[in-house]
Amino acid sequence: MTLVRVLFYVMSFIVLASAVFVASTKNLVRSVFIFFITLFALAGLYVLALADFVAITQIVIYVGGILVLILFAFMLSGKETLNTLQQQNNRLLSIGRLPALILAGLFFIVMLNVVFKINADNLNWIKDAVRTNIVITPNALVTDNIGINLMTRYLLPFEAISILLMIALVGAAHLSRREETE
Amino acid sequence: MISLTDFLIVSAALFCIGLYMIVSKRNAIQILIGIELMLNAAILNLVAFGKYDSLNNSGQVFALFAIVLAAATTAVALAIILNVYRRYKTIDPEEVNKLRD
Repeated sequence: MTLVRVLFYVMSFIVLASAVFVASTKNLVRSVFIFFITLFALAGLYVLALADFVAITQIVIYVGGILVLILFAFMLSGKETLNTLQQQNNRLLSIGRLPALILAGLFFIVMLNVVFKINADNLNWIKDAVRTNIVITPNALVTDNIGINLMTRYLLPFEAISILLMIALVGAAHLSRREETE
Repeated sequence: MISLTDFLIVSAALFCIGLYMIVSKRNAIQILIGIELMLNAAILNLVAFGKYDSLNNSGQVFALFAIVLAAATTAVALAIILNVYRRYKTIDPEEVNKLRD
C-alpha cells in the first residue's frame, strides 16, 4: 500500500461522496458549493494520473469560471428566482426517484461489466507503450510537450475550438440580453 | 502505481451519479450540474489513458479541449435557462412545454 495508492483512495472517496451529496441535497446553493469540492478532488485525481497541466486548467476553468458563472446566474436573477429554485421536495429515496435510481444502478452494473471485461491494463497498445517506454513518468516534463504538441500536431482542432468558443460566447451574450419593449 | 481499472471504476460511478441527477432532478441548473459531472467522468478517462502516450499527449490535449468546450456549453446553457425563466417564471423542464406562438 504505497502513499500514492492511499491518496488515490482518499481522493476518489471525496469525489464520490461529495457527488452523492450534490445529487441528494435539497438546498441548491449548498449543492453548488459542494460541487466545488468535487471538482477540486477531481483535480487531485488528475495530478495522480500525472496530468498536472490538466489539473491546473480544471481548477482555473471549472472552479474559477463555470461555478462562478452558475452562482452568478441565480444570485443576479433576484430573490424570487432563488425561492422558486428552493421549493421542491427531493429526497434521495422517494417513490418518484425510484426509476432514476434503478436506471443509474443498472447502468453502473453494465459499465462495471465492460470495465472488467476489457481488462484495460492488458490492452495491446498499452502493453506496447509500456514496452517501448513512452509511459509518462512522475518526473517527466509533460507541460512543455503539451505546449509543443498543441501548436504543431493539434493546431487545427485548437483553432476550430477557438472559433467555436467565440461563437458560443457571442451567442450567450446575445441570448441573455434584456428584450427591448417592442 | 494506480491501475487503469481503478480510474475506470471511479469514472463509471461518477458518470452514473450524473445520469441519476439528469433523470431525476426537476431543476434545470441541477440538470446542468449533472451534465458537468458526466463530462468530468469522461475527462477523467481521457486523462487516465493519456498517461500511456508521452509522445503525442493525445489524452491530455483532448481533455483540455473537453474542459474548454464544457465552459462554452455552460455559458450558453445558463443564458438559455435565464431566458426560459424570464418567459415561463419557472425552470422546471417539465413545465416548459409551449413553443413561441
